[in-house]
Amino acid sequence: MTTAAAKFKKDVRRVTADLRHRRIINAALDGYAVKRDQKKALFQDWAGARRLAAATKYEAINSLDRCLEQFARGLESRGAKVHWASTGQQACEIIVGILKQRNARSVVKSKAMTAEEIHLNEALARAGLDVVETDLGEFIVQLRDEPPYHIVFPAMHLTRGEIQETFRKRLGDAPSDNPEELTMVARRVLRQKYIQADAGITGANFAVADAGLISLTENEGNARLTGALPRTMITLVGIEKVIPRLEDLALFLPMLATVGAGQLISGYNTLYGGPRQPGEPDGPEEYHVVLLDNNRTRLLADAEKRDTLHCIRCGSCLNVCPIFRNIGGHSYGTTYCGPIGAVLTPVLKGLQEWKHLPYASSLCGACTEACPVGIDLHHHLLEHRRAAAGTKPSWWQKLAFKLFAPVAASKLLWALVTKSGRLGQKLHPIVLGTRLDPAYVWTRTRDLPPIAKTTFKEWWRRTRP
Amino acid sequence: MTERENILSRIREALRVPAPQPLGMTETPLPKPEDHRRVLPKVGPSESDRISLFAANAEELRARFVVLPAIEALESEIRSMKDAEGWTRVASHRGELTDIACAKLGVPVLLTDEGYDKTELEACQAGVTECDALIAQTGSVLVTSRGSGGRALTVLPPHHVVLARRSQLVADLPEAMALMRKKYHPNYPSMISIITGPSRTGDIERILVLGAHGPKKLTILLI
Repeated sequence: MTTAAAKFKKDVRRVTADLRHRRIINAALDGYAVKRDQKKALFQDWAGARRLAAATKYEAINSLDRCLEQFARGLESRGAKVHWASTGQQACEIIVGILKQRNARSVVKSKAMTAEEIHLNEALARAGLDVVETDLGEFIVQLRDEPPYHIVFPAMHLTRGEIQETFRKRLGDAPSDNPEELTMVARRVLRQKYIQADAGITGANFAVADAGLISLTENEGNARLTGALPRTMITLVGIEKVIPRLEDLALFLPMLATVGAGQLISGYNTLYGGPRQPGEPDGPEEYHVVLLDNNRTRLLADAEKRDTLHCIRCGSCLNVCPIFRNIGGHSYGTTYCGPIGAVLTPVLKGLQEWKHLPYASSLCGACTEACPVGIDLHHHLLEHRRAAAGTKPSWWQKLAFKLFAPVAASKLLWALVTKSGRLGQKLHPIVLGTRLDPAYVWTRTRDLPPIAKTTFKEWWRRTRP
Repeated sequence: MTERENILSRIREALRVPAPQPLGMTETPLPKPEDHRRVLPKVGPSESDRISLFAANAEELRARFVVLPAIEALESEIRSMKDAEGWTRVASHRGELTDIACAKLGVPVLLTDEGYDKTELEACQAGVTECDALIAQTGSVLVTSRGSGGRALTVLPPHHVVLARRSQLVADLPEAMALMRKKYHPNYPSMISIITGPSRTGDIERILVLGAHGPKKLTILLI
């Protein structure tokens, strides 16, 4: 077993037995589902909206080179600097380079999963920069030295009491466990950071090709402040974030908010087109946009999995996934968790090390049904399993099938094994629950369904006319 | 080769094999605004439909929406807000409506148009701005760095007061996007923001808190 798989197994065993965790996650996600469905019902044709969104992303991804060139041209015409990074390391170097050149010391950052993916915060810390996350959930997990739990709700696994404790320890300020008061503590602390910050770093939700604009979705106003106050602004964006036209936002903004957070539209949807323009009173002197590949072109080259680049990172496949609900976001051990993470990670980081993730699914298809851009997620999981099985079956799998083949091929042996199975189950209660149980791995946490009293063949022989 | 060329050539190489179309995809070429309008939430055809939908959305979002009968009512409305909340410093920008609103306010007004000090703006209790449009479908306010006093004015002060004319109330998002294109393409302002309700967060136990980073209050006055 790979180290990632061993850690996964260990974490999953712990989290699935944690009833407190289950209570918190279920409460949060049940509340989400109610709001999401209310907002979905406002659409005149949700299924039609999904088809339009899928067609639009299909168009963008399948003309990605033209879209990116157009996008970069638009930004550059307004004085923004566009950088291209093939790897995460290159992107980190570019960003550190910009900050060094601008003599920046303190950086405010608004939530960006792409930055998590390339471990940007670690790279900035190594370069001696002071980085603070400004999204409340991200700020909380940063104070706790944890990765985000969920791609949209980073601190959904924490109770108000735990957050109060974190604030008391790390900020020395936590008047109560009241969410409003805790939020105001963060507001006060972060306002000072904003006023002092030399540079602001953001992610992006969409890259609008024909207008050359970045589109950023948020609720708190933290990204707005990140883009307004510091002298230098940097946006890190994955190359798959393109949409062809400005008009497409009219569809994507409300869809993202509906399935992402159960809102008709998010609090702030902001388009950035460059540094401060002539005649404008404020804004950064320099605006840098870093376009990141980091193996996305590998997904693109696999025509069958290319639609995974349609993903708009709404998190809705996580929210409906029965496995995610049980094992939680941290168990995956990856930047992108849930069904989309289980599809992306084996391609982005290697199938051999991550082939256990596609098995973290019941293949129920809830993810595919939830996806606003129609990615065939459970089909991709199945494809990954096929590829994983092809790579290197373990010795016990090979042995098991070697033994199974002659049994299944012989009428006599088959009858013998199925009969003895029924007999064996009668004796099973003697060892059930102990280590002597040959089915211990299964029965430790689950019931073993009874084997049918008659086989199909016996039944057929008896009832056939 | 530069990284730009490297990435673009990898993309072109990858796209030589066509991808299967998504399930049920029939729309080719690109969907048009009329297609979007068919699936998005419905907006009634008349002006009063738009006003009542905007009002309902604003209420749900906990924004305050007031329809003023005439421009003469603006001055007294702003003054009563100032008195009720005890504003001592207000920030604004030059504009036909903002000039009227701020003229006889009786407190110092920081105008951001020619640049400003961040700390001074942070100390203002309210930011009074104009907007590019109001969107009935979502109860949103569309502001730009060019038309609303820059990037910070609409987000830094704890109370954002928006002044809009009836003619600025558009029906839906497709109309708002078309408006942006017509007005600005390709010289877009460096920031365009669609603001929907006061700043909010649900990051602690999914409980709604207003004023996470931006304004705790949003008031929209329609004239």
